[in-house]
Amino acid sequence: MTILVVADLLQGPENGAVAPATLNTVDAAAKVGGDVHVLIAGQGVGGVAEAAAKIAGVAKVLVADNAAYAHLLPENVAPLIVALVTESGAKGYSHVLAPATTNGKNILPRVAALLHVDQISEIISVESADTFKRPIYAGNAIATVQSSAAIKVITVRTTGFDPVAAEGGSASVEAIAAAHDAGTSKFVGEALAKSDRPELTAAKIVVSGGRGMGNGDNFKHLYTLADKLGAAVGASRAAVDAGFVPNDMQVGQTGKIVAPQLYIAVGISGSIQHLAGMKDAKVIVAINKDEEAPIFQVADYGLVADLFDAVPELASHL
Amino acid sequence: MKMMVAIKRVVDYNVKVRVKADHSGVDLANVKMSMNPFCEIAVEEAVRLKEAGVATEIVVVSVGPTTAQEQLRTALALGADRAILVEAADELNSLAVAKALKAVVDKEQPQLVILGKQAIDSDNNQTGQMLAALTDYAQGTFASKVEVAGDKLNVTREIDGGLQAISLNLPAIVTTDLRLNEPRYASLPNIMKAKKKPLETVTPDALGVSLASTNKTLKVEAPAARSAGIKVKSVAELVEKLKNEAKVI
Repeated sequence: MTILVVADLLQGPENGAVAPATLNTVDAAAKVGGDVHVLIAGQGVGGVAEAAAKIAGVAKVLVADNAAYAHLLPENVAPLIVALVTESGAKGYSHVLAPATTNGKNILPRVAALLHVDQISEIISVESADTFKRPIYAGNAIATVQSSAAIKVITVRTTGFDPVAAEGGSASVEAIAAAHDAGTSKFVGEALAKSDRPELTAAKIVVSGGRGMGNGDNFKHLYTLADKLGAAVGASRAAVDAGFVPNDMQVGQTGKIVAPQLYIAVGISGSIQHLAGMKDAKVIVAINKDEEAPIFQVADYGLVADLFDAVPELASHL
Repeated sequence: MKMMVAIKRVVDYNVKVRVKADHSGVDLANVKMSMNPFCEIAVEEAVRLKEAGVATEIVVVSVGPTTAQEQLRTALALGADRAILVEAADELNSLAVAKALKAVVDKEQPQLVILGKQAIDSDNNQTGQMLAALTDYAQGTFASKVEVAGDKLNVTREIDGGLQAISLNLPAIVTTDLRLNEPRYASLPNIMKAKKKPLETVTPDALGVSLASTNKTLKVEAPAARSAGIKVKSVAELVEKLKNEAKVI
Protein backbone atom coordinates (compact mmCIF):
# COMPACT_ATOMS: atom_id res chain seq x y z
CA MET A 1 0.00 0.00 0.00
CA THR A 2 1.38 3.37 -1.02
CA ILE A 3 -0.12 6.73 -0.20
CA LEU A 4 0.31 9.81 -2.33
CA VAL A 5 0.26 13.10 -0.44
CA VAL A 6 -0.31 16.13 -2.65
CA ALA A 7 1.71 18.92 -1.05
CA ASP A 8 0.24 22.38 -0.77
CA LEU A 9 2.71 25.13 -1.55
CA LEU A 10 2.76 28.63 -0.13
CA GLN A 11 2.66 31.46 -2.65
CA GLY A 12 3.84 35.02 -2.32
CA PRO A 13 6.97 35.90 -0.32
CA GLU A 14 7.57 32.29 0.76
CA ASN A 15 7.39 31.41 -2.91
CA GLY A 16 6.83 27.72 -3.25
CA ALA A 17 7.74 26.56 0.26
CA VAL A 18 5.76 23.54 1.43
CA ALA A 19 2.70 24.72 3.35
CA PRO A 20 2.79 23.57 7.01
CA ALA A 21 -0.60 21.85 6.54
CA THR A 22 1.25 19.29 4.40
CA LEU A 23 3.08 18.05 7.53
CA ASN A 24 -0.23 17.27 9.27
CA THR A 25 -1.34 15.44 6.12
CA VAL A 26 1.80 13.27 6.18
CA ASP A 27 0.85 12.34 9.77
CA ALA A 28 -2.62 11.27 8.56
CA ALA A 29 -0.96 9.26 5.76
CA ALA A 30 1.29 7.54 8.30
CA LYS A 31 -1.80 6.58 10.32
CA VAL A 32 -3.30 4.95 7.20
CA GLY A 33 -0.09 2.90 7.02
CA GLY A 34 2.22 2.17 4.08
CA ASP A 35 4.85 4.05 2.11
CA VAL A 36 4.24 7.78 1.88
CA HIS A 37 5.11 9.61 -1.34
CA VAL A 38 4.80 13.38 -1.56
CA LEU A 39 4.00 15.12 -4.84
CA ILE A 40 5.44 18.60 -5.34
CA ALA A 41 3.85 20.20 -8.39
CA GLY A 42 4.72 23.72 -9.43
CA GLN A 43 7.16 25.84 -11.34
CA GLY A 44 10.76 26.16 -10.17
CA VAL A 45 10.16 23.81 -7.25
CA GLY A 46 13.42 21.82 -7.31
CA GLY A 47 14.58 23.42 -4.05
CA VAL A 48 11.20 22.82 -2.44
CA ALA A 49 11.43 19.14 -3.37
CA GLU A 50 14.87 18.91 -1.74
CA ALA A 51 13.39 20.39 1.43
CA ALA A 52 10.37 18.07 1.23
CA ALA A 53 12.70 15.06 1.06
CA LYS A 54 13.72 15.86 4.66
CA ILE A 55 10.15 15.53 6.00
CA ALA A 56 10.05 12.70 8.51
CA GLY A 57 8.32 9.53 7.32
CA VAL A 58 8.35 10.31 3.61
CA ALA A 59 9.74 7.51 1.39
CA LYS A 60 9.78 9.35 -1.92
CA VAL A 61 9.25 12.85 -3.29
CA LEU A 62 7.88 13.21 -6.81
CA VAL A 63 8.62 16.54 -8.47
CA ALA A 64 6.55 17.79 -11.38
CA ASP A 65 8.32 21.02 -12.29
CA ASN A 66 6.53 22.67 -15.18
CA ALA A 67 5.06 26.05 -16.07
CA ALA A 68 1.67 24.33 -16.41
CA TYR A 69 1.65 23.58 -12.69
CA ALA A 70 2.47 27.09 -11.49
CA HIS A 71 -0.10 28.28 -8.92
CA LEU A 72 -1.56 24.75 -8.80
CA LEU A 73 -4.34 25.34 -11.32
CA PRO A 74 -6.66 22.33 -10.87
CA GLU A 75 -7.34 21.93 -14.61
CA ASN A 76 -3.66 21.00 -15.04
CA VAL A 77 -2.70 19.45 -11.71
CA ALA A 78 -5.70 17.09 -11.43
CA PRO A 79 -4.84 15.18 -14.67
CA LEU A 80 -1.23 14.92 -13.44
CA ILE A 81 -2.36 13.24 -10.23
CA VAL A 82 -4.80 10.97 -12.08
CA ALA A 83 -2.01 9.91 -14.47
CA LEU A 84 0.30 9.18 -11.53
CA VAL A 85 -2.18 6.87 -9.82
CA THR A 86 -3.53 5.10 -12.90
CA GLU A 87 -0.58 4.79 -15.30
CA SER A 88 0.63 1.29 -16.07
CA GLY A 89 3.49 0.19 -13.87
CA ALA A 90 2.11 2.61 -11.32
CA LYS A 91 3.41 2.73 -7.80
CA GLY A 92 0.32 1.01 -6.46
CA TYR A 93 -1.29 4.03 -4.90
CA SER A 94 -4.22 3.13 -2.68
CA HIS A 95 -4.84 6.62 -1.26
CA VAL A 96 -4.47 10.20 -2.45
CA LEU A 97 -4.39 12.69 0.43
CA ALA A 98 -4.18 16.46 0.45
CA PRO A 99 -4.55 19.01 3.23
CA ALA A 100 -7.98 20.69 3.33
CA THR A 101 -6.48 24.04 2.39
CA THR A 102 -8.03 26.10 -0.40
CA ASN A 103 -5.64 24.44 -2.88
CA GLY A 104 -6.41 20.95 -1.58
CA LYS A 105 -10.16 21.58 -1.65
CA ASN A 106 -9.88 23.02 -5.15
CA ILE A 107 -7.88 20.18 -6.70
CA LEU A 108 -8.85 16.92 -5.01
CA PRO A 109 -12.59 16.67 -5.87
CA ARG A 110 -11.56 17.14 -9.49
CA VAL A 111 -9.17 14.20 -9.10
CA ALA A 112 -11.87 12.07 -7.45
CA ALA A 113 -14.38 12.71 -10.23
CA LEU A 114 -11.80 11.90 -12.92
CA LEU A 115 -11.18 8.61 -11.08
CA HIS A 116 -14.98 8.09 -10.72
CA VAL A 117 -14.80 7.70 -6.96
CA ASP A 118 -16.37 9.64 -4.11
CA GLN A 119 -14.10 11.83 -2.04
CA ILE A 120 -14.02 11.99 1.74
CA SER A 121 -13.58 15.61 2.82
CA GLU A 122 -11.84 16.97 5.90
CA ILE A 123 -11.17 13.81 7.89
CA ILE A 124 -10.31 14.33 11.56
CA SER A 125 -9.24 10.77 12.31
CA VAL A 126 -8.16 7.56 10.62
CA GLU A 127 -10.06 4.53 12.00
CA SER A 128 -8.56 2.07 9.52
CA ALA A 129 -7.19 2.14 5.97
CA ASP A 130 -10.73 2.50 4.58
CA THR A 131 -12.66 4.11 7.44
CA PHE A 132 -12.42 7.72 8.56
CA LYS A 133 -14.21 10.23 10.78
CA ARG A 134 -15.28 13.64 9.56
CA PRO A 135 -17.44 16.44 10.93
CA ILE A 136 -20.75 17.32 9.24
CA TYR A 137 -23.43 19.97 9.92
CA ALA A 138 -20.86 22.61 10.89
CA GLY A 139 -19.21 20.22 13.31
CA ASN A 140 -22.45 19.41 15.16
CA ALA A 141 -22.17 15.73 14.20
CA ILE A 142 -19.28 13.40 13.48
CA ALA A 143 -19.75 10.83 10.69
CA THR A 144 -17.78 7.63 10.37
CA VAL A 145 -17.39 6.97 6.65
CA GLN A 146 -16.12 3.86 4.88
CA SER A 147 -14.80 3.96 1.34
CA SER A 148 -14.92 0.97 -1.02
CA ALA A 149 -13.06 2.84 -3.77
CA ALA A 150 -9.94 1.23 -5.21
CA ILE A 151 -8.19 4.56 -4.79
CA LYS A 152 -9.37 6.56 -1.81
CA VAL A 153 -9.32 10.31 -2.33
CA ILE A 154 -9.28 12.26 0.94
CA THR A 155 -8.71 15.77 2.23
CA VAL A 156 -7.32 16.12 5.74
CA ARG A 157 -8.41 18.66 8.33
CA THR A 158 -5.06 19.71 9.71
CA THR A 159 -6.26 20.39 13.24
CA GLY A 160 -7.13 16.68 13.55
CA PHE A 161 -3.50 15.59 13.16
CA ASP A 162 -0.13 16.60 14.58
CA PRO A 163 2.47 17.87 12.13
CA VAL A 164 5.38 15.50 11.49
CA ALA A 165 8.92 16.87 11.78
CA ALA A 166 10.03 18.91 8.78
CA GLU A 167 13.61 17.63 9.25
CA GLY A 168 15.17 14.25 9.76
CA GLY A 169 13.84 12.27 6.80
CA SER A 170 15.82 11.21 3.75
CA ALA A 171 13.46 10.49 0.88
CA SER A 172 14.58 9.88 -2.67
CA VAL A 173 13.57 12.51 -5.20
CA GLU A 174 12.11 11.50 -8.56
CA ALA A 175 11.33 13.91 -11.38
CA ILE A 176 8.03 13.54 -13.24
CA ALA A 177 8.34 14.72 -16.82
CA ALA A 178 4.66 14.73 -17.76
CA ALA A 179 3.10 18.10 -18.56
CA HIS A 180 -0.67 18.32 -18.55
CA ASP A 181 -1.78 21.71 -19.80
CA ALA A 182 -5.52 21.89 -20.38
CA GLY A 183 -5.18 25.48 -21.57
CA THR A 184 -8.59 26.38 -20.14
CA SER A 185 -7.47 28.54 -17.21
CA LYS A 186 -4.85 31.16 -16.51
CA PHE A 187 -3.42 32.69 -13.35
CA VAL A 188 -3.74 36.47 -13.46
CA GLY A 189 -2.51 37.72 -10.10
CA GLU A 190 -2.95 37.58 -6.37
CA ALA A 191 -3.30 39.94 -3.44
CA LEU A 192 -2.01 38.34 -0.27
CA ALA A 193 -2.74 39.84 3.12
CA LYS A 194 0.46 40.88 4.89
CA SER A 195 0.92 39.85 8.49
CA ASP A 196 3.89 39.49 10.86
CA ARG A 197 1.86 37.49 13.35
CA PRO A 198 1.73 33.68 13.36
CA GLU A 199 -0.39 32.00 10.71
CA LEU A 200 -3.96 31.67 11.99
CA THR A 201 -4.39 27.93 11.47
CA ALA A 202 -1.01 27.10 13.03
CA ALA A 203 -0.98 29.53 15.97
CA LYS A 204 -0.92 28.23 19.55
CA ILE A 205 -2.98 31.18 20.74
CA VAL A 206 -5.67 32.96 18.75
CA VAL A 207 -7.37 36.21 19.74
CA SER A 208 -10.55 36.90 17.75
CA GLY A 209 -12.83 39.89 17.55
CA GLY A 210 -16.45 40.13 16.49
CA ARG A 211 -19.09 42.74 15.85
CA GLY A 212 -18.64 43.99 19.40
CA MET A 213 -15.32 45.53 18.37
CA GLY A 214 -17.38 48.35 16.84
CA ASN A 215 -14.94 49.27 14.06
CA GLY A 216 -11.66 48.31 12.39
CA ASP A 217 -9.59 50.77 14.43
CA ASN A 218 -10.59 49.07 17.65
CA PHE A 219 -8.90 45.87 16.47
CA LYS A 220 -5.66 47.60 17.56
CA HIS A 221 -6.58 46.55 21.11
CA LEU A 222 -6.57 42.92 19.96
CA TYR A 223 -3.29 43.37 18.05
CA THR A 224 -1.62 44.71 21.22
CA LEU A 225 -2.94 41.78 23.23
CA ALA A 226 -1.99 39.29 20.48
CA ASP A 227 1.57 40.62 20.28
CA LYS A 228 2.02 40.17 24.04
CA LEU A 229 0.78 36.59 23.76
CA GLY A 230 2.53 35.74 20.47
CA ALA A 231 -0.94 35.06 19.13
CA ALA A 232 -2.62 35.22 15.74
CA VAL A 233 -5.66 37.46 15.30
CA GLY A 234 -8.92 36.12 13.91
CA ALA A 235 -12.40 37.46 13.42
CA SER A 236 -16.02 36.42 13.19
CA ARG A 237 -17.98 36.76 9.98
CA ALA A 238 -19.81 39.75 11.42
CA ALA A 239 -16.50 41.60 11.81
CA VAL A 240 -15.45 40.69 8.27
CA ASP A 241 -18.79 41.63 6.71
CA ALA A 242 -18.74 44.96 8.55
CA GLY A 243 -15.36 45.63 6.89
CA PHE A 244 -13.38 45.75 10.15
CA VAL A 245 -10.79 43.24 8.88
CA PRO A 246 -10.05 41.26 5.68
CA ASN A 247 -11.90 37.99 5.10
CA ASP A 248 -8.84 35.75 5.35
CA MET A 249 -9.02 36.41 9.11
CA GLN A 250 -12.45 34.78 9.36
CA VAL A 251 -12.75 31.81 11.70
CA GLY A 252 -15.73 29.52 11.18
CA GLN A 253 -17.53 27.05 8.96
CA THR A 254 -16.87 29.17 5.89
CA GLY A 255 -13.54 30.58 7.03
CA LYS A 256 -10.64 28.89 8.75
CA ILE A 257 -10.80 26.03 11.21
CA VAL A 258 -8.46 26.52 14.15
CA ALA A 259 -7.67 24.39 17.19
CA PRO A 260 -5.15 26.38 19.24
CA GLN A 261 -4.20 25.86 22.88
CA LEU A 262 -6.01 29.06 23.78
CA TYR A 263 -8.78 30.87 21.90
CA ILE A 264 -9.87 34.25 23.21
CA ALA A 265 -13.21 35.38 21.76
CA VAL A 266 -13.79 39.08 22.22
CA GLY A 267 -17.14 40.65 21.39
CA ILE A 268 -18.25 37.45 19.62
CA SER A 269 -21.73 36.08 20.39
CA GLY A 270 -20.84 32.53 19.34
CA SER A 271 -23.07 31.53 16.42
CA ILE A 272 -23.15 27.89 15.24
CA GLN A 273 -21.07 28.86 12.19
CA HIS A 274 -18.38 30.53 14.28
CA LEU A 275 -18.20 27.69 16.81
CA ALA A 276 -17.65 25.28 13.90
CA GLY A 277 -14.29 26.95 13.37
CA MET A 278 -12.93 27.03 16.92
CA LYS A 279 -14.70 24.70 19.32
CA ASP A 280 -11.83 22.21 19.29
CA ALA A 281 -9.54 24.74 20.94
CA LYS A 282 -8.09 23.38 24.20
CA VAL A 283 -9.12 26.37 26.28
CA ILE A 284 -11.71 28.94 25.24
CA VAL A 285 -12.00 32.34 26.89
CA ALA A 286 -14.95 34.61 26.18
CA ILE A 287 -15.07 38.31 26.92
CA ASN A 288 -18.53 39.71 26.27
CA LYS A 289 -20.77 42.22 27.97
CA ASP A 290 -23.89 40.12 27.22
CA GLU A 291 -23.97 37.40 29.84
CA GLU A 292 -26.58 35.49 27.78
CA ALA A 293 -24.27 35.23 24.73
CA PRO A 294 -24.07 31.59 23.47
CA ILE A 295 -20.26 31.78 23.50
CA PHE A 296 -20.37 31.38 27.30
CA GLN A 297 -21.81 27.86 26.84
CA VAL A 298 -18.53 26.65 25.31
CA ALA A 299 -16.11 28.96 27.10
CA ASP A 300 -13.92 27.45 29.82
CA TYR A 301 -13.50 30.91 31.29
CA GLY A 302 -16.02 33.64 30.73
CA LEU A 303 -15.70 37.28 31.69
CA VAL A 304 -18.80 39.44 31.51
CA ALA A 305 -17.30 42.87 30.93
CA ASP A 306 -16.94 45.69 28.44
CA LEU A 307 -14.18 44.58 26.09
CA PHE A 308 -12.80 48.12 25.86
CA ASP A 309 -11.97 47.94 29.58
CA ALA A 310 -11.11 44.25 29.79
CA VAL A 311 -8.81 43.83 26.77
CA PRO A 312 -6.35 46.65 27.62
CA GLU A 313 -6.37 45.51 31.25
CA LEU A 314 -5.66 41.94 30.17
CA ALA A 315 -2.78 43.13 27.99
CA SER A 316 -1.35 45.11 30.91
CA HIS A 317 -1.30 41.96 33.08
CA LEU A 318 0.94 40.08 30.64
CA MET B 1 -25.59 33.59 -22.50
CA LYS B 2 -27.51 30.78 -20.92
CA MET B 3 -26.74 30.10 -17.28
CA MET B 4 -27.43 27.22 -14.96
CA VAL B 5 -27.53 27.38 -11.18
CA ALA B 6 -27.54 24.30 -8.95
CA ILE B 7 -29.28 24.57 -5.59
CA LYS B 8 -29.69 22.26 -2.63
CA ARG B 9 -32.41 21.90 -0.01
CA VAL B 10 -30.74 21.67 3.38
CA VAL B 11 -31.60 22.05 7.03
CA ASP B 12 -31.90 25.76 7.85
CA TYR B 13 -28.59 27.20 8.99
CA ASN B 14 -30.06 28.43 12.29
CA VAL B 15 -31.25 24.98 13.35
CA LYS B 16 -29.13 23.21 15.92
CA VAL B 17 -29.26 19.64 14.65
CA ARG B 18 -29.49 16.59 16.90
CA VAL B 19 -27.97 13.22 16.24
CA LYS B 20 -30.47 10.31 16.18
CA ALA B 21 -30.28 7.91 19.11
CA ASP B 22 -29.51 4.97 16.80
CA HIS B 23 -26.56 6.88 15.26
CA SER B 24 -27.96 6.47 11.74
CA GLY B 25 -27.86 10.18 11.02
CA VAL B 26 -29.18 13.51 12.26
CA ASP B 27 -32.84 13.97 13.03
CA LEU B 28 -34.42 15.98 10.21
CA ALA B 29 -38.05 15.21 11.05
CA ASN B 30 -40.00 18.44 11.54
CA VAL B 31 -37.02 20.76 11.27
CA LYS B 32 -37.06 23.85 9.08
CA MET B 33 -35.50 23.34 5.64
CA SER B 34 -34.18 26.11 3.39
CA MET B 35 -32.07 26.78 0.35
CA ASN B 36 -28.39 26.28 1.19
CA PRO B 37 -26.97 29.79 1.89
CA PHE B 38 -24.18 29.44 -0.68
CA CYS B 39 -26.79 28.44 -3.30
CA GLU B 40 -28.74 31.64 -2.57
CA ILE B 41 -25.58 33.56 -3.41
CA ALA B 42 -25.27 31.56 -6.65
CA VAL B 43 -28.86 32.39 -7.66
CA GLU B 44 -28.31 36.06 -6.79
CA GLU B 45 -25.17 36.24 -8.94
CA ALA B 46 -26.98 34.71 -11.92
CA VAL B 47 -29.87 37.16 -11.52
CA ARG B 48 -27.43 40.09 -11.33
CA LEU B 49 -25.70 38.88 -14.52
CA LYS B 50 -29.11 38.75 -16.18
CA GLU B 51 -29.94 42.25 -14.97
CA ALA B 52 -26.59 43.41 -16.36
CA GLY B 53 -27.59 41.99 -19.76
CA VAL B 54 -24.95 39.25 -19.70
CA ALA B 55 -27.22 36.28 -19.05
CA THR B 56 -30.23 35.64 -21.25
CA GLU B 57 -31.78 32.71 -19.44
CA ILE B 58 -31.30 31.19 -15.99
CA VAL B 59 -32.10 27.52 -15.48
CA VAL B 60 -32.10 26.45 -11.86
CA VAL B 61 -31.55 22.77 -11.06
CA SER B 62 -31.80 20.71 -7.91
CA VAL B 63 -30.99 17.05 -7.41
CA GLY B 64 -32.97 15.76 -4.48
CA PRO B 65 -36.36 14.85 -3.00
CA THR B 66 -39.75 16.01 -4.30
CA THR B 67 -39.84 18.59 -1.52
CA ALA B 68 -36.88 20.40 -3.12
CA GLN B 69 -39.53 21.91 -5.45
CA GLU B 70 -40.06 24.49 -2.68
CA GLN B 71 -36.49 25.69 -2.99
CA LEU B 72 -36.71 25.69 -6.79
CA ARG B 73 -39.83 27.90 -6.53
CA THR B 74 -37.87 30.20 -4.24
CA ALA B 75 -35.14 30.48 -6.88
CA LEU B 76 -37.78 31.21 -9.53
CA ALA B 77 -39.20 33.94 -7.29
CA LEU B 78 -35.72 35.44 -7.03
CA GLY B 79 -35.45 35.70 -10.81
CA ALA B 80 -34.60 32.32 -12.35
CA ASP B 81 -36.58 31.58 -15.54
CA ARG B 82 -37.27 27.88 -15.24
CA ALA B 83 -36.46 24.96 -13.00
CA ILE B 84 -35.49 21.31 -13.33
CA LEU B 85 -35.76 18.82 -10.48
CA VAL B 86 -33.79 15.63 -10.80
CA GLU B 87 -35.85 13.60 -8.39
CA ALA B 88 -33.82 11.31 -6.17
CA ALA B 89 -33.68 10.04 -2.64
CA ASP B 90 -32.10 12.08 0.10
CA GLU B 91 -28.47 11.70 1.11
CA LEU B 92 -26.83 11.56 -2.30
CA ASN B 93 -23.08 11.78 -2.47
CA SER B 94 -21.42 14.64 -4.32
CA LEU B 95 -20.27 12.52 -7.25
CA ALA B 96 -23.81 11.28 -7.92
CA VAL B 97 -25.09 14.87 -7.85
CA ALA B 98 -22.26 15.98 -10.15
CA LYS B 99 -23.14 13.19 -12.60
CA ALA B 100 -26.80 14.20 -12.62
CA LEU B 101 -25.84 17.85 -13.14
CA LYS B 102 -23.48 16.83 -15.96
CA ALA B 103 -26.41 15.13 -17.74
CA VAL B 104 -28.44 18.34 -17.42
CA VAL B 105 -25.47 20.42 -18.64
CA ASP B 106 -25.20 18.15 -21.70
CA LYS B 107 -28.87 18.74 -22.46
CA GLU B 108 -29.08 22.45 -21.69
CA GLN B 109 -25.60 23.56 -22.82
CA PRO B 110 -25.21 26.53 -20.46
CA GLN B 111 -22.15 28.77 -20.85
CA LEU B 112 -21.78 29.25 -17.14
CA VAL B 113 -22.80 27.04 -14.24
CA ILE B 114 -22.82 28.52 -10.74
CA LEU B 115 -22.96 26.43 -7.57
CA GLY B 116 -22.40 27.18 -3.91
CA LYS B 117 -18.95 26.34 -2.59
CA GLN B 118 -20.34 23.86 -0.08
CA ALA B 119 -23.60 22.63 1.37
CA ILE B 120 -23.92 23.34 5.08
CA ASP B 121 -25.23 19.83 5.83
CA SER B 122 -22.56 17.55 4.36
CA ASP B 123 -19.86 20.28 4.37
CA ASN B 124 -18.22 18.43 1.44
CA ASN B 125 -17.13 21.24 -0.88
CA GLN B 126 -16.90 18.82 -3.83
CA THR B 127 -19.80 19.04 -6.29
CA GLY B 128 -18.68 22.08 -8.30
CA GLN B 129 -15.17 20.75 -8.76
CA MET B 130 -16.52 17.31 -9.69
CA LEU B 131 -18.92 18.79 -12.24
CA ALA B 132 -16.00 20.74 -13.73
CA ALA B 133 -14.01 17.51 -14.01
CA LEU B 134 -16.87 15.57 -15.65
CA THR B 135 -17.60 18.34 -18.17
CA ASP B 136 -13.88 19.09 -18.65
CA TYR B 137 -14.62 22.79 -18.05
CA ALA B 138 -12.39 25.16 -16.10
CA GLN B 139 -13.39 25.89 -12.51
CA GLY B 140 -13.43 29.10 -10.51
CA THR B 141 -14.01 27.99 -6.92
CA PHE B 142 -14.65 30.15 -3.83
CA ALA B 143 -15.44 33.14 -6.05
CA SER B 144 -15.80 36.57 -4.49
CA LYS B 145 -16.04 38.37 -7.85
CA VAL B 146 -17.17 37.19 -11.30
CA GLU B 147 -16.89 39.14 -14.56
CA VAL B 148 -17.69 37.97 -18.06
CA ALA B 149 -15.21 39.43 -20.56
CA GLY B 150 -16.00 38.23 -24.09
CA ASP B 151 -15.35 34.49 -24.24
CA LYS B 152 -13.45 34.57 -20.94
CA LEU B 153 -14.52 34.68 -17.34
CA ASN B 154 -12.51 36.69 -14.81
CA VAL B 155 -12.86 35.26 -11.33
CA THR B 156 -11.45 36.56 -8.05
CA ARG B 157 -11.08 33.69 -5.59
CA GLU B 158 -10.78 33.66 -1.82
CA ILE B 159 -7.64 31.67 -0.99
CA ASP B 160 -5.92 30.95 2.33
CA GLY B 161 -3.55 33.92 2.23
CA GLY B 162 -5.83 36.46 0.55
CA LEU B 163 -7.26 36.77 -2.97
CA GLN B 164 -6.33 35.22 -6.31
CA ALA B 165 -7.41 36.37 -9.78
CA ILE B 166 -7.78 33.84 -12.60
CA SER B 167 -9.12 33.89 -16.13
CA LEU B 168 -11.15 30.95 -17.42
CA ASN B 169 -12.33 29.90 -20.86
CA LEU B 170 -16.12 29.70 -21.20
CA PRO B 171 -18.04 27.52 -20.67
CA ALA B 172 -16.94 27.34 -17.07
CA ILE B 173 -18.02 26.29 -13.57
CA VAL B 174 -18.03 28.76 -10.67
CA THR B 175 -18.63 28.09 -6.97
CA THR B 176 -19.62 30.98 -4.75
CA ASP B 177 -18.02 32.19 -1.57
CA LEU B 178 -19.89 34.24 1.02
CA ARG B 179 -18.45 37.55 -0.09
CA LEU B 180 -19.65 37.32 -3.70
CA ASN B 181 -22.89 39.21 -3.02
CA GLU B 182 -25.76 39.76 -0.64
CA PRO B 183 -28.78 37.76 -1.78
CA ARG B 184 -32.11 39.59 -2.14
CA TYR B 185 -35.44 38.56 -0.67
CA ALA B 186 -38.26 37.34 -2.87
CA SER B 187 -41.16 39.81 -3.01
CA LEU B 188 -44.72 38.56 -2.60
CA PRO B 189 -45.74 39.37 -6.23
CA ASN B 190 -42.64 37.51 -7.45
CA ILE B 191 -43.48 34.52 -5.24
CA MET B 192 -46.94 34.44 -6.87
CA LYS B 193 -45.47 34.77 -10.38
CA ALA B 194 -42.96 32.00 -9.64
CA LYS B 195 -45.84 29.55 -9.26
CA LYS B 196 -46.55 29.91 -12.98
CA LYS B 197 -42.96 29.47 -14.14
CA PRO B 198 -42.09 26.05 -15.64
CA LEU B 199 -40.75 23.35 -13.34
CA GLU B 200 -39.77 20.11 -15.05
CA THR B 201 -39.20 16.88 -13.11
CA VAL B 202 -36.90 14.16 -14.42
CA THR B 203 -35.51 10.96 -12.92
CA PRO B 204 -31.85 9.97 -12.81
CA ASP B 205 -32.80 6.89 -14.88
CA ALA B 206 -34.19 9.10 -17.63
CA LEU B 207 -30.88 10.98 -17.63
CA GLY B 208 -28.99 7.68 -17.73
CA VAL B 209 -27.19 8.44 -14.45
CA SER B 210 -26.19 5.89 -11.84
CA LEU B 211 -26.26 7.16 -8.27
CA ALA B 212 -24.09 4.37 -6.88
CA SER B 213 -21.51 5.51 -4.38
CA THR B 214 -18.15 4.29 -3.12
CA ASN B 215 -18.76 5.91 0.27
CA LYS B 216 -20.89 4.50 3.05
CA THR B 217 -21.72 6.25 6.31
CA LEU B 218 -21.39 3.71 9.11
CA LYS B 219 -22.32 5.91 12.04
CA VAL B 220 -23.14 9.48 13.01
CA GLU B 221 -22.35 10.62 16.54
CA ALA B 222 -22.58 13.79 18.54
CA PRO B 223 -19.24 15.51 18.97
CA ALA B 224 -17.60 15.25 22.37
CA ALA B 225 -19.27 17.83 24.58
CA ARG B 226 -17.14 20.48 26.23
CA SER B 227 -17.36 20.42 29.99
CA ALA B 228 -19.05 23.45 31.45
CA GLY B 229 -16.79 26.37 32.15
CA ILE B 230 -16.82 29.01 34.84
CA LYS B 231 -17.38 32.73 34.87
CA VAL B 232 -14.57 34.78 36.36
CA LYS B 233 -15.19 38.09 38.08
CA SER B 234 -12.18 40.10 37.00
CA VAL B 235 -9.35 40.29 34.51
CA ALA B 236 -6.89 39.53 37.30
CA GLU B 237 -8.74 36.33 38.14
CA LEU B 238 -8.81 35.38 34.42
CA VAL B 239 -5.05 35.82 34.10
CA GLU B 240 -4.48 33.82 37.27
CA LYS B 241 -6.65 30.94 35.99
CA LEU B 242 -4.99 30.91 32.57
CA LYS B 243 -1.53 30.86 34.14
CA ASN B 244 -2.03 28.45 37.02
CA GLU B 245 -5.10 26.35 36.23
CA ALA B 246 -5.18 26.02 32.44
CA LYS B 247 -1.44 26.69 32.06
CA VAL B 248 -1.87 28.07 28.54
CA ILE B 249 -0.05 31.39 28.93
